[in-house]
Amino acid sequence: MARHNVTVTVNGEAHSREVDSRLLLVHLIRDELALTGTHIGCDTTHCGACTVLVDGVPTKSCTVLAVQADGADIGTVEGLADANGMSALQEGFMQEHGLQCGFCTPGMLMTGTALLAANANPSEAEIREAISGNLCRCTGYVNIVKAVEYAAAKMAGADAPADGEDN
Amino acid sequence: MAPRTSAKICGMGHSMKRKEDPRFLQGKGNYIDDFTLPGMLWLDIVRSPIAYGKIVNIDTSKALEIDGVLAVLTGKDLEAYNLHWMPTLMSDTQMVLPTDTVMYQSQEVAGVIATSRYAAADGVAAVEVEYEPMKPVIDPFQALEDDAPVLRTDKEGQEDNRIWHWEAGDKEATDKIFDEADVVVREKMHVPRIHVASIETCGCLADFNPVEGHLTVYMTTQAPHAIRTVLALVAGHVGLSEEKIRVVSPDIGGGFGGKVPVYPGYVIAIAASVVLGKPVKWIEDRMENLQADSFARDYHMDAEVAADSSGRIRALRIKTLADHGYSDAQAAPSKFPAGLFSICTGSYDMENAYAEVDAVYTNKPPGGVAYRCSFRVTEAVHCLERIVDTLAHKVGKDPATLREENFIGKEAFPYQSPLGWEYDSGDYQAAMDKAKEMIGYDDLRREQAEKRARGELMGIGVCSFTEVLGAGPSKDFDILGIKMFDSAEVRVHPTGKAIARFGTKSQGQGHETTYAQIIAEELGLPAAHVQVEEGDTDTAPYGLGTYASRSTPTAGAAGAMAARKIRDKAAKIAAHLLEVSEDDLDWEPGTFSVKGAPDKSVSIQECAFAAYTNLPEGLEPGMEATNYYDPPNLTFPFGTYICVVDIDRGTGEVSVRRFVAVDDCGNIINPMIVQGQIHGGLTQGLGPALYEEIPYDEDGNNLAGSFMDYLVPTAVETPAWETGHTVTPSPHHPLGAKGVGESATVGAPPAIANAVVDALAHLGVTHMEIPIRPDRVWEVLREKGVAG
Repeated sequence: MARHNVTVTVNGEAHSREVDSRLLLVHLIRDELALTGTHIGCDTTHCGACTVLVDGVPTKSCTVLAVQADGADIGTVEGLADANGMSALQEGFMQEHGLQCGFCTPGMLMTGTALLAANANPSEAEIREAISGNLCRCTGYVNIVKAVEYAAAKMAGADAPADGEDN
Repeated sequence: MAPRTSAKICGMGHSMKRKEDPRFLQGKGNYIDDFTLPGMLWLDIVRSPIAYGKIVNIDTSKALEIDGVLAVLTGKDLEAYNLHWMPTLMSDTQMVLPTDTVMYQSQEVAGVIATSRYAAADGVAAVEVEYEPMKPVIDPFQALEDDAPVLRTDKEGQEDNRIWHWEAGDKEATDKIFDEADVVVREKMHVPRIHVASIETCGCLADFNPVEGHLTVYMTTQAPHAIRTVLALVAGHVGLSEEKIRVVSPDIGGGFGGKVPVYPGYVIAIAASVVLGKPVKWIEDRMENLQADSFARDYHMDAEVAADSSGRIRALRIKTLADHGYSDAQAAPSKFPAGLFSICTGSYDMENAYAEVDAVYTNKPPGGVAYRCSFRVTEAVHCLERIVDTLAHKVGKDPATLREENFIGKEAFPYQSPLGWEYDSGDYQAAMDKAKEMIGYDDLRREQAEKRARGELMGIGVCSFTEVLGAGPSKDFDILGIKMFDSAEVRVHPTGKAIARFGTKSQGQGHETTYAQIIAEELGLPAAHVQVEEGDTDTAPYGLGTYASRSTPTAGAAGAMAARKIRDKAAKIAAHLLEVSEDDLDWEPGTFSVKGAPDKSVSIQECAFAAYTNLPEGLEPGMEATNYYDPPNLTFPFGTYICVVDIDRGTGEVSVRRFVAVDDCGNIINPMIVQGQIHGGLTQGLGPALYEEIPYDEDGNNLAGSFMDYLVPTAVETPAWETGHTVTPSPHHPLGAKGVGESATVGAPPAIANAVVDALAHLGVTHMEIPIRPDRVWEVLREKGVAG
């Protein structure tokens, strides 16, 4: 099988590897670069657990070849927090209980991060549409929507919205 | 209820943010596929393309020529060690790998072990298997016909495809009521085969150390201790002894009952590690997960209700056929082959009931797992809540009113049900009142009448369920003979911080947070200072695991009891430090003080330090306690759900406009987490109600074997759930809690189905089978002449 030199920048750090033609991007990230925050849930582009940002675009890395990502700037969940702590979206997920088992969460975070970069104040319908390619089996999505709203409000400098109501 | 502890202590009733979240949010979880070990090999599995047939030959030669492929294990190889069959948790048997016959599509046929994932997959593609196909038995009703071939010829004395017959109740007395009743309604309904479809599939990493004879298995299991014992029992003859087996269940990406059984893949990986002396990892892909792992449900129910002319329910009669596939591989308590189906009389007081279930073999994957359900409670509730609506329509009553008129009154608890349960507590009317008020029930009925007059299809569905959870008391409940207690071990360190270990295993439920809150509630230590651990059989106390909403009722109770033992010891130490008698002490969470002199006090932390440094004479040093909790009864959470749907006459599409869920799970440990459990459960009820099913064609082909066809709800179809609660504590649970993880999965499908039927009731429709797909609705609309 042909081997190829691939260079990718992941979370700001450049990596070069010689890979098989068929190596999936998600396996490059998980197995070669040991960034296991990106998960695999279906192999068929349906569940979105493997979502990473490729040049800023949410991309399901289980159906992209590593060679297709040559030269790309890739963002994974490990790159969201910085020295100042978790990102506004990560904080929103924690405050609004937007995760349970945590397996879909990295993909949700990457999709949500891209949404907020493109649309600083998304409506509930826009959030639901944006994450419709990311399946969650635990949360019922309500609190994921709230988590994105929390982040949007925080990034706009507003007070965080109140906790979810239960009567 | 206001919390008893301060926000700093964060005991019960506080919406504490989850302790597990920071690692999950930063990509630092430890799921099974994140583990690697030096020299690790990969297992991938050859699976059967046919549902039933003889294996003529397995040719592994081409696979073994592939670079990186080290071995191919077949049933013949395992037979040499007598490991080709294994017991199921229901004392049936199941093949690990076949020696001569395959019994369902995607059955494991051989295991390829290689140095990489990719090489193992290449090996799988290169194994050549020659089959002699046979005509499969797919329809469970046909499986019972006289001319049906006997599928389980491996079982001595098996002369047909019946597995077992189960019944509960007084048949004669029930029949008599039916004979004389004013009104009898009947519906046949199928709760079809579905799949848990947790976003993480199953997998393991088996690491056998041939020098020590020690096996460590990291695996996606909801019941690590039970699995260790099962491994010791089935592999003891090849030298695996229980003290040399360590099962570690790491972070789990959703379980929902699907990670209770032992799948062949785990056993093949373990066998491969033993044979090769190297760590072997197996991670199934989504199609393997949907096509071969244990399914859930698949109950065909024929239900009847007898009532008087006003709609007062007198009796219930249900005859059920349970399709278990080729093996009874459910994980129910051993004395309950039909699970806790006898909760089928639900929230209604009736004179008598009779239920029977016949289980059959077919050529489908084995199973019957309790998917987010306390063993067949989902099937029972769906059956009852659907047919109660049929009765309401028949006698011309509003379905909420008919329910109210039949509720077991709150004064009737503890209530003896006709099928033998003692319900611990309940106030069904309170939950109904709250749900009706939250959704604006009367206004919705007026809106529906107006819309109906205009030809628009809108429906309102009600479900008032009662669950039975927390298995269970050891006199009745065991799995493979192991009693269904659970356990906690709490140790307070000298500086007043603690570690608490439990026999259960969280899969997203937030045990690291809620268990810490339980210890905080009882000891007054801040929950932030309580480290919770589960899942490692070398360190955690023995327990039966997490499923059937049993963690809070069993292990949660054990945590409270262990903490109380520690508090009792702390009181002795406090009396010593304060130089008073124990009887002269008051306790506020976290502090002992002298009665009448509240400024003379010591903290629980000071008592902990003294337990290691300054003990009263004769008291054993240290501060730890263990409790194995055997619950005196089960718990019976309940709730009322009301759902509003709109139906598109052009497409038959059902959209859930609003859904109000009022739950009563007794006292609440963490309101935020409880609400999250309800949201998730509702979504796992929406799926089977409208979208999810694993159907088979007549040749036994799985028709929903990937997420292309198995339709897990996305954020777009899922409504913005509205939740509320009432609180009726369990009188026998130490914390008054009942468990909540599954209520919504149980209650949502009939609420949604009832709403759809309600929208169509004026057209003469009394029942719709789930999943209520657009095509099913559109067919009805076309038949009734109202398709748009």
